[in-house]
Amino acid sequence: MKPERRRFHLNGSGWFALCFVALLVVVAVTGPALVGDPAAISRDVLQPPGSSHTLGTDHLGRDVFARMVIGTRVSLVVGVLAAAMAMLIGVTLGAVSGFVGGKTDLVLMRIAEMFQALPTLVVAIAFVALLGASLTNIVVVIAILSWAQIARVTRAEVLRIRNQDFVNAVRALGFRESTILFREIIPNAIPAVLPLIALGVAEAILQESSISFLGLGSPDTITWGLLIREGNQQILRAWWMIVFPGIAVFLTILAFNLLGDAVGRALNPKTRTEEPALAPELIAVKGGGS
Amino acid sequence: MRRYLSVRVMWAIPTLFGIVLAGFVLTRVLPGDPAQILVGDFPAPPGYIEEIRARYGLDQSYVEQFVAYISSLLHADLGYSFMHGQPVTRLVFQRAGRTLLIMVPALVIASVVGVFLGSAAARRQGTKWDTLITAFAITGRSVPVFWLAILLVMVFAVRLGWFPTSGMRTVGSSLTGLGAITDVFRHMVLPMATLSLAYTTVVARVARTSIVESSHEDFVDTALAKGLDDRAVHWRHVVRNSLIPVVTVIGFNFGFALTGAILTETVFGWPGVGSLLITAVTARDYPVILAVLLLAAVMVVVFNLVTDLAYVLIDPRAKVSDEA
Repeated sequence: MKPERRRFHLNGSGWFALCFVALLVVVAVTGPALVGDPAAISRDVLQPPGSSHTLGTDHLGRDVFARMVIGTRVSLVVGVLAAAMAMLIGVTLGAVSGFVGGKTDLVLMRIAEMFQALPTLVVAIAFVALLGASLTNIVVVIAILSWAQIARVTRAEVLRIRNQDFVNAVRALGFRESTILFREIIPNAIPAVLPLIALGVAEAILQESSISFLGLGSPDTITWGLLIREGNQQILRAWWMIVFPGIAVFLTILAFNLLGDAVGRALNPKTRTEEPALAPELIAVKGGGS
Repeated sequence: MRRYLSVRVMWAIPTLFGIVLAGFVLTRVLPGDPAQILVGDFPAPPGYIEEIRARYGLDQSYVEQFVAYISSLLHADLGYSFMHGQPVTRLVFQRAGRTLLIMVPALVIASVVGVFLGSAAARRQGTKWDTLITAFAITGRSVPVFWLAILLVMVFAVRLGWFPTSGMRTVGSSLTGLGAITDVFRHMVLPMATLSLAYTTVVARVARTSIVESSHEDFVDTALAKGLDDRAVHWRHVVRNSLIPVVTVIGFNFGFALTGAILTETVFGWPGVGSLLITAVTARDYPVILAVLLLAAVMVVVFNLVTDLAYVLIDPRAKVSDEA
């Protein structure tokens, strides 16, 4: 097998996405040290964007830019943690399902289908409402609601790989089945899942901002969704409180979506030359959460 | 085919059972008295809690409790909302109608426009039209719907004043007949537009991918070789054969219709199921939360079945295997 790196070509939007994500990481890490106190109230209430406050101030005179910078960290952390957790659950269950087969496979895939059919936002809201709105709970519920697709793709990959020559060779050498699964099959199945991880981060950030926008997020945490919620309450007076945090959410989700598409295209030689970037099963069909 | 469908129906039963069980377990694992949770955080008349305790068998074993729960569900009894002062079943059905009032037209518009856009992009693959439509679809996937909704309010309601900012009827108006209908319609336009935009991008994306894929199939060459013109081949052969993923998406979203508008309803203050859920959550009106959750899940299961049925109508292969 050729090394992955040689096949990995990012296109233009892929590069934009990668650079934007890198910028976000820098802002999330260093930003809070560079901007002023996001909670500092002042007499300059509802100031439009200008020299003293780049993106204006809110109804309590707090700096919108400083609050957006702080919100970056929450969005990224929630997005990445939820996607990582979903990947852990999805890859494990998908690999077991495809490798073990039989009744285990049937039952696991039925469960995955059930989870895919759940209306994400409703369940997330109910979960957070009933069990408390901590960031941990939000991460957990988003992960629980998004592992299924990863599991299905992993399973398909494992089914494809498990009878290939190199696996049979390893088996003939007398390695244990669990070693074969974890050392040979899963690492080879991961590339197919990678685009889903990026798309999963995008989805998680969207879900988190929706929950905060509804006012059901973790209390006392500054998030982009919360900023838009506060902006909506000042809709007649302060467009900047709505427009700028919204652009931040939009560009971030766009970047992760484009990154997912680009990674999918780069890793999947079959679709690289053609336009449809993703295999149909990678396309999120849910318009859920409108 | 009949066998295939009966298998699908059979699978729907454990799914529904699982959902009901999950709802039941939720009320029991929550901290606090389940009877109080079934009533909600409201001062209930004295004796009502005792009545709930008796009706749901809360002093008996979990198995008996579960049986009592199922039996009350079968009687369409979802409890009483003290916040709204009416039975939950009636409340939810009333709100469901209002949600569907904006959701169904939005989904219909999105299906038609989405397939049209997707097909236009696929036919002109690689041209600037394709780029434009694809960019529209990718943007649509990344825009938070609630933000889009607020932007529409800012432009069309606040700045231009063409439409009302929120609600379903003009407060304090005493319109009747045609006037009342026009009034509701004016309130419907922006939420409907938001939802249509959101769903159009999803449908367009799936339609484009699927149409591009089937335009490379052998039957296209066959049809062209028979001397059919481009347009006929495109609509009758390519598009028809690419509709399965599109129908899946549309069916999926009809399944989510009742709760698919939570964010939009919240922004526009539209009195549907979504905003009912949000007020119930903030007020800890548990019977309503559970009812909405249950209804949403049932809708999804039912529409998955309907989508399966639709496949059979569209896919020529399914029909052939039925006759065989």
